[in-house]
Formats: sequence, C-alpha cells, structure tokens
Amino acid sequence: MSSVANRALPRRPLWWTVSDAAAVTKRNLYRYIRVPTLLLFSTIQPVMFVLLFTYVFGGAIQVPGVDSYIDYLMAGILAQTVIFGSTQTGVGLAEDLSRGMVDRFRSLPMARSAVLAGRTVSDTVRNLFVVSLMLVVGTLVGFRFHAGVVPALGAVGLALAFGLAFSWISALIGLSVGDVESAQAAGFVWVFPLVFASSAFVPVESMPGWLQVFVKANPVTITVNALRALTLGGPTARPVLQSLAWIVGILLVFVPLAVNRYRRAAG
Amino acid sequence: MSEAAIVTEGLRRSFGPIKAVDGVDLAAPAGTVLGVLGPNGAGKTTIVRILTTLLTPDGGSARVAGFDVVRDAAALREVIGLAGQYAAVDENLTGRENLDLVGRLYHLGKAEARRRAEEMLERFDLTDAANRTVKTYSGGMRRRLDLGASLIGRPKVLFLDEPTSGLDPRSRFSLWDLIRELVVDGTTLLLTTQYLEEADRLADHIAVIDGGRVIAEGTTDELKSRVGGDLLAVRVADRARVTEAAEAIAGLGSGAPQVVAEAGEVSLPVSEGAAILAEVVRRLDAAGVEISDLSLHRPTLDDVFLALTGRVAEAADDDGPDTPRGRAARPARSRA
Repeated sequence: MSSVANRALPRRPLWWTVSDAAAVTKRNLYRYIRVPTLLLFSTIQPVMFVLLFTYVFGGAIQVPGVDSYIDYLMAGILAQTVIFGSTQTGVGLAEDLSRGMVDRFRSLPMARSAVLAGRTVSDTVRNLFVVSLMLVVGTLVGFRFHAGVVPALGAVGLALAFGLAFSWISALIGLSVGDVESAQAAGFVWVFPLVFASSAFVPVESMPGWLQVFVKANPVTITVNALRALTLGGPTARPVLQSLAWIVGILLVFVPLAVNRYRRAAG
Repeated sequence: MSEAAIVTEGLRRSFGPIKAVDGVDLAAPAGTVLGVLGPNGAGKTTIVRILTTLLTPDGGSARVAGFDVVRDAAALREVIGLAGQYAAVDENLTGRENLDLVGRLYHLGKAEARRRAEEMLERFDLTDAANRTVKTYSGGMRRRLDLGASLIGRPKVLFLDEPTSGLDPRSRFSLWDLIRELVVDGTTLLLTTQYLEEADRLADHIAVIDGGRVIAEGTTDELKSRVGGDLLAVRVADRARVTEAAEAIAGLGSGAPQVVAEAGEVSLPVSEGAAILAEVVRRLDAAGVEISDLSLHRPTLDDVFLALTGRVAEAADDDGPDTPRGRAARPARSRA
C-alpha cells in the first residue's frame, strides 16, 4: 500500500484545469437562471446610470470636440459597469466560503485555480449580458458607434477583459475578508475613487491640477480613453496597448495571489 | 494491508495562542469506523480539516490511505470524501446537478458522473426530489444529499464531521442507518460527534478528545468498562445536599461516587446493582436525604466522559478552536 502511495504520480492532464473551471462556471451561471431577480437587479443599475447621466448631467456637461454627451459617456459607463460588476466576484466567493462550499471544493481532486477561474469567468459572462443590454438602452437614447464594427467589438472585448482583471482583485478581497457583508463593503469602497476620479464622465482637464496627476495614471482613465477611441474614432493603438498592459499586469499579480489565498482559505 | 487507513502521530495545530490539536495519535484499520468524540471546541473539526488537506498541521504527521496529508495532498484528495458540519450543497442547483457537479470534479467523465449521481439519488431516497432546487429541501434532505456528494468518488476513506448535528431525532436515526450501510462496503470512516449515543451506535473504536488531546480510547465496551459495571443514579430532592448523599453511599459501589452538582445527582458504579439498591435507599433514609429519583442503568458514553474528565460533556466551552476565524457564525440558512 505505502509503496504504491510513494510512487510518483502521473501528471494531471492540463485539460482538467479547463474542464474543472468550466464545471464551476456552469454551476455559477445556474444561479442567474434560478434566481432571475439577481440578474435583473444587476442590470437595472448600469441602465439607470446611462439614463441618469444622459438626462441629468448631459445638458450641463460640455465636452470640447464631442457633439453629444451620450457618445462621450458610453465609454465611461462601459468601464464603470464592468468594474462594479467585478466586485460581485469577491461577494460570491465569500458566500461560497461562508457556506462551506469552498471546503468541499478544496477537498476534491480538482484544479486549485478552478473555483476562482470559474467564478471570474462566470462574472465575465454576466458582464457581457449587462454590457449588451446597456448598449441597447444607450442606442435608444442616441448613442452610436462612430468607428465601425471591428472597433466596436474591440471595445466590448476590452471592457470585458478589464472587468476580468478587476474580478481577480475582487477575488483576493473576498477570500481575505471571508464573510459576505464585509466582502460587499470592502469590494466597493476602493473602486469608487478609481471610477469617478477618472476620465469616465468628465474631461480630465476640468479637474484641479493635483487630482489630474492621479487621474492620468489611473488605469480606469487609460482604459476609458482606449474605449473612447474605439467607440468615437481616433488613434487607438497607443491607449489600447496601454490598457492591455494594465490588464496583463493586474492578472500577473493578482491571479497568483488569489490562488495562493484560496489554497489556504480559512486556514 | 500493512498500514492502517488513518494514522496520525503527534499531530499538532494552533490558532494563535489556542492549541486546537495538541499531540493527537489516532489509528483506524481499513474498513473500520473510528469515532472521534468530544464537546464543542475539543479539536475534532481541526483534526478532520487536517486529514482532508484543508489545513496543514504545525507538527506531527498524518497518513490517510497511505498518503501523507501534506506531501501527497493532491493524490490523497482522489481517495477521500468529506461531509462537513454544514451541508455543502448549492441551493440554486437541483439535487441531481449538485451530485453531477461533484462527479465532474472527481473527473469521472460525463457518463459515469451522471450514473453515480443517479445511484446516490436512489440510495439516499432523493429520486423524487432530484429535479428540485436544494433551496426547497429540508435539513435532513440536504444532509443526505451532502452525504451522497461525499460518496460520489467512491472514497476509500470517508470523513463525516458531525453528520447529524442540528437534525431532528427521526432524520438522525435514518442517517445512522445510511451510515452503517456505508461501512459494509469496506469504506473506512472517521466520524466526529458530540452525541455520545451516535459514537456508541456507529463506531468500532472511539477516541475521546478534550482540549485538543485524546483523553481515552478503545471500543465502546472498553470505555464503558472504565466506568465499571452498571450505574446507579440518585437524584436528591434538595440539590444542596448532594455531597451529603454521595458520602452516605460511598463504599457501596465498585468505585467512588461521582457528583453532578448542577443536576443534584450522584452516580455510583456498581457491580451487582439490584442487590445494592435496597442498601442505598436505607443509607440515604438514615442520613435523612430525600430522594427524588433513583435509577439503575448501563453506562452511556456520557457517564464515561464524566468519569474521564470529571465534568459532563455538554458543559464544555461552547466555542473554541473548532471554529476558526469567523466560521462560528456560518449559518445553514436557507435564504436571507
């Protein structure tokens, strides 16, 4: 018996890492089918933002060189929506942790990354749904893609990738705080300054100089600028590459941190 | 089978200053049931979490099914099953989907995972509820589903952490029957419980844990024999006179009388109970101590725990190292 146990084990197929994550993704998505109100409410908020910003601030905010505020706004709302959506990753994981699901998963011979990958991927799928609906509503109130179909698809893809990167930050937070209410609160506080102190809703030039320093370095600004180039037209290569660099950077740092935290969850 | 299915040597684990597990040696031969018995906070859950690779020990060693719990953790997970204190099933999935998910994560393959799920639904009497979301399940059904999930991968060693806590007596009895059937299949089982009757009914071998240490072990009979014969329990009408009563009947039994002051009770181990009964009544009458209840019974594990620790099991701390960091509040809630 012990000689068998000490034998070097065959390498686990890489395929398992993918299929485990897919199984968890499917499980997470069932939740939206079984509790449709969840999806409804996560959709209402961004749609409301589109309408509020367009009709409340739209008249007051004049952006030089842009005809209608909704065209300017949409890139910002896209970024805001995926970031706010990503905060749910931590909440979902905290819930799994507090209900003993993480213990069950960790006692199974599944890939160590699968629970987190499944969660971040399912949240990205949900983001795709919300973003699509938001674009429909945006279009109804006057938004148009001005740069063509491929850049438009690129904008959606970039926004989702940005949300995915933030989901991994959120995952680390959710696993660290461990309970649902704290995850809810801790997940939101730090994204507010990032989203609002950015180029998402107003031109950076309208802000005080000291704030501009932060705003210009803010990855949200960089990504919003890229999304704006992809939706309104203009040079895209530089802002898109900068944004992609941030996305890759965030993933390189936070994927290992979150997986490591998961390995010793509740330890 | 040269090695026991579960072996731990000097196992230790602390949470900050609390020594949750403080040098535990356990052994369970393959195909047997080891009952780990102790009050809340004794360290039972910590032991289970170490043996199922959820926690790493600070010291000592543990092998399960021949695998070291630290070095061979990944391989070990393929041959164990775990059902924790709270039914770890997804409320938004149906019973069938829950089992299917676990089967997929054991890498059984699509068809086999589905087949195993059906088998478990059948076995745990959940076929009728298979397509309902778990949200609609009763506590007993959730536990049965959880138990089914822990068996999907045909584990060699199964860990059940307080499998019946929080269940009503009827669900508890039916779960006991199901657990007994598992062992017939040759699965080795480690079961933690604070229900002394549960360990008595299910376990071949019992380790009594208190304060992170094994304070006694043996078969049920061996443990009972440490109390010695039958037990004569006397409850006095006036609690304040319980010590007086103990003094009056000291020397009559096969051991010293044990006083449970809170209950106003004295229990006396006796070898030939019926014969002594009359003498006990005479002595108490002579001492002028009024008796409110008198009974003679075979010792339960409650009595064993009392004899071992000098206190009743339930009187132990309600919270402790069994509930690390924020888990105490973990609810088995349905929906907020």
